[in-house]
Amino acid sequence: MRIPKRRMRLFDATSVRQYSPSFSLALTAPLILLLIFSFLYPVGRLLWMSVATPDGFTAEHYLRVWNQPLYLNILWRTIQLAFVVTVASFLLAYPVAYAMTLVKNRWAAVMTACVLIPLWTSVLVRSYSWIVLLQRNGVINNLLRDSGVITDPLHMLYTEGSVMIAMTHSLLPFMILPIYSALNTIPLELAKAARNLGAGPIQAFFRVTLPLSLPGVYAGSLMTFILALGFYITPALVGGPQTLMMATLIGQQTTELLNWPFAAALSGVLLAATLLLVAIFRKTLSLNKGVQFG
Amino acid sequence: MADTSLPSRTMQLRRRSKAYFVESTLGPLIFASVVGLVLFFLVLPTLIVIPMSVGTASYIQFPPRGLTLKWYLDYFTDPDWMAATWFSLKIAFATTITSTIIGTLGSIALVRGKLPGKGFIQALTLSPMVVPHIVIAVAIYLVFAPVGLTGNFTGFLIAHTMLSVPYVIITVTAVLQRFDVTLELAALNCGASRPQAFWFIVLPNIMPGVAAGAVFAFLASFDEATVAFFISGINGKTITRKMFEDIDFNLTPIIAAVSTVLVIFTLVLMGGAQFLQSRKRN
Repeated sequence: MRIPKRRMRLFDATSVRQYSPSFSLALTAPLILLLIFSFLYPVGRLLWMSVATPDGFTAEHYLRVWNQPLYLNILWRTIQLAFVVTVASFLLAYPVAYAMTLVKNRWAAVMTACVLIPLWTSVLVRSYSWIVLLQRNGVINNLLRDSGVITDPLHMLYTEGSVMIAMTHSLLPFMILPIYSALNTIPLELAKAARNLGAGPIQAFFRVTLPLSLPGVYAGSLMTFILALGFYITPALVGGPQTLMMATLIGQQTTELLNWPFAAALSGVLLAATLLLVAIFRKTLSLNKGVQFG
Repeated sequence: MADTSLPSRTMQLRRRSKAYFVESTLGPLIFASVVGLVLFFLVLPTLIVIPMSVGTASYIQFPPRGLTLKWYLDYFTDPDWMAATWFSLKIAFATTITSTIIGTLGSIALVRGKLPGKGFIQALTLSPMVVPHIVIAVAIYLVFAPVGLTGNFTGFLIAHTMLSVPYVIITVTAVLQRFDVTLELAALNCGASRPQAFWFIVLPNIMPGVAAGAVFAFLASFDEATVAFFISGINGKTITRKMFEDIDFNLTPIIAAVSTVLVIFTLVLMGGAQFLQSRKRN
């Protein structure tokens, strides 16, 4: 039986469930135009600037990044710091995510609030708080001095450590939430079955629960790593001259030294590093999936 | 039977009690305290600004001595702070409207449309979240500065709409995928026109997701700091840029007062968004 085609009023719509290509394009047109004007074109323009000269192309700015140990060191330090922050976030996030799947009602609400509050607290408020906490006369030094643990204040602010703590704090929710949702989909019976079959609680966790939650761990780690690579505000405020990172270096080149082509090349390197690491992450993720889930 | 088996069981339990104690009491206790410490670490920086904002000392002092609302008064009477606050609020409200409309239309096409290159458009929409914000910020400054889009409302509106739109798309796509199309078909069968069916059937059904997306878009714009750092001008300055400057050069307790106001403001909005999302689930 043939169903007679309904006459449509919206462009050349072919079905009620699915809008026609032309109408769909019209709906997405503002979105696409916006992304082209304020995202694709600017980023493309910046990358173009890193290689183009009035009369041809040059690799001079990229070679400068490559040849000067200073810049490679900063790139390496940025990647290292992002890695350390990702690992620290994972170690702190997992117990919290796991606990969130165990508790109910009021405690679940309290824990969710604790995780979401820093997520939506302005990054400037958090940076200011870390300055207040870690300063020479800050909260932590005062508490330690009053309790007699130390006599001279510790130097904590404007160090790599303070940047690491502040960044881990900022990125922790991005790790907790995906791990939580992955853990939430694992039926509790699986761990119970493992216990029934003779596994201890620790063994049951490492052999059953942890492997099954790995997709969430990967998603969270990827998000944390990407965000850590591009962090600007926090390292600029709680870090010192010793903790220059890629993002702060790019900011310095544009706002203080006005060396745009070089800043563009640094942006290109940071962008390439980010995309490369995302690709590697994806690859290991798919490999792992192949091994673990057949 | 029960009388004879009971003592032997307790004996067994007693013999294993040390291991049993570790497993049943000590383990969970350590676990709970680790979780508690991490949660404390998460909320501490948000809450510490509240006591700092009411102390009388004009430098950072802990525990704060005295009780004053001077810093709040200073904030609310300082023309620079007020200008930055209103500028940020204006941008955030406008961004909410534009990104909600653009994002909702886009989501409808992405979920229900027969769109050529759908995968590419989807990837493009979410890519502002993958590209480091510093790169986006520098790139936007490079393109916006020569055409006079820095330090003013229009430039911020365009940049923030681009940064907020992914949030709207994520929440609206989620509700649209759950929406039952047969409801719309029923409305059409009953004689409704396409626009009528959309306005009276589809829109009310996806509204919780749209509203949650709008709240996220508002916060994403209001809290945005990296791009705002680059495209702010002397007159057109957001509250995030003003805070950055003051934290960097002029660390007074006014910042604690501003922070407290921001924290309370965001918590109220976030509570609203959570409420909308929980209603969506029911």
